[in-house]
Amino acid sequence: MIDEWYPVGLFSQLDAVGRRTALMGEPIDVARDAEGNAKVTGGNGRALPACVRYGHVWSSLGTPQKALFAIPEADQPGRRFVDVGVVRVRCSPLRAVENFLDIAHFPFVHTDLLGAEPHTEVQNYKVEIREDEVWATQVKFYQPQAAKSASGGITTEYIYRVPAPTCSVLYKTCPPRPSEWDVITLFVQPLAEDLCDVWPWMALFDDTTSMTDLIHFQQTIFLQDRSILENQIPRLLPLDPGMEIPTRADLTSVAYRRWLKRRNYTYGAQLVAQ
Amino acid sequence: MKLYDYILSPSCYKVRLMAALTGVKLDIRPVDFHPGAEHRGQELLALNPAGSIPILEDGDLILTESSAMLVYLAAKVAPSWLGSGGAEETARVQQWLSFSSRLTASLGGARLHEMLLRPGDFGALQSQGIASLRELEAGLVEQGLHGMGFLASDRPTVADIACFPYVVLAPDGGVSLDPYPAIRLWSRALRSLENFIEMPGIHRLHELKPEPHIEPGKV
Repeated sequence: MIDEWYPVGLFSQLDAVGRRTALMGEPIDVARDAEGNAKVTGGNGRALPACVRYGHVWSSLGTPQKALFAIPEADQPGRRFVDVGVVRVRCSPLRAVENFLDIAHFPFVHTDLLGAEPHTEVQNYKVEIREDEVWATQVKFYQPQAAKSASGGITTEYIYRVPAPTCSVLYKTCPPRPSEWDVITLFVQPLAEDLCDVWPWMALFDDTTSMTDLIHFQQTIFLQDRSILENQIPRLLPLDPGMEIPTRADLTSVAYRRWLKRRNYTYGAQLVAQ
Repeated sequence: MKLYDYILSPSCYKVRLMAALTGVKLDIRPVDFHPGAEHRGQELLALNPAGSIPILEDGDLILTESSAMLVYLAAKVAPSWLGSGGAEETARVQQWLSFSSRLTASLGGARLHEMLLRPGDFGALQSQGIASLRELEAGLVEQGLHGMGFLASDRPTVADIACFPYVVLAPDGGVSLDPYPAIRLWSRALRSLENFIEMPGIHRLHELKPEPHIEPGKV
């Protein structure tokens, strides 16, 4: 997991002074160098790998074996890219991703936005491993206000994708342009096994909503999740099936946990039930 | 009435909540506080040199202190929210309105530090927050002994709205509310008010099941 890419800051907010943050327990510095490129320095002063993509600076403590995962929609003309900004959460980085993959909590946590009682049923959907990424497709859910651009309740279709252990990309029905998908991502920076900075980012078709409204909508959703995430027990994500009994609606979570375990992505995970 | 607003700001929420409870329609102007720091930009600094939000504009009147906004809304459309006008009650309302700025500085500071990575002495902010919570708990217990469920009176006033958001959001800054039963009952009473609205982190009450109906003579 040490060789993976992780988000470490918003590129638009980077200056020469930079910011001091951490990656998997190691203090790091992220700054903009004289040429305007992102520069990431590790705890002992060594230069760490750095790249800039999807509004963020990405780095790694190890040696990434491949380029950062692709999001082809990020190069599609006409989309608006939304830097939602960082939110710190006292939870395992893996739990932050798992919560993002869950839809069953929508009516209870995101009431009147992403769900509402009595529309609580999660219909059957498909989960598969595609080119070593977790994919959940044909996910459908009734939503009172699925996006800032939605004017009323609609049944929204979702596709979830986990291309890296602490990142998820979600494709979602785009109310103003039914033939396209809105892209909403959750990029999670693991600070420690039970502490993370979460950087949501979006690539949307929406020509009418102001940028601030788009940011506020997504911050509202994520802050509704935050208090729940900070109260989950155990703090680390359990990968031992002995502890919990999943239901059909948890298929994505089950696939995510198995994938983590198989790939040995265990930073922030609890391997043996306690 | 135009409110310069940030959805995650407890001080902005005070004004939105007060307006909802008193039936005032606000014209909301969202401010990109985070990550954009728009409140420190030219346009908003011209309105409020302190560089804080909320800002409330009504005609020529510009208010930059949330307690003043609560008082303005109440005085304009719902004076009962200012208390009954007796000397002691009026003073209590003022006492808690001023006290609310301590909650903003302590619990609000801890929350901004923990959530949006703002600088600050986290331990000191938490300790000051806990001291404020204990004071508020004691105040509510004392009110309860006199048969009053709210900070200044037997009904909610602007003082309750001024203190409520930062108290309920204390866990966002790593401060638990578990030790304060009177605060939890008070929070419940406020959340059950008609036309109450939520903000992220402050949930609405779940609908209570109706009381069981027991036929007389069948027990």
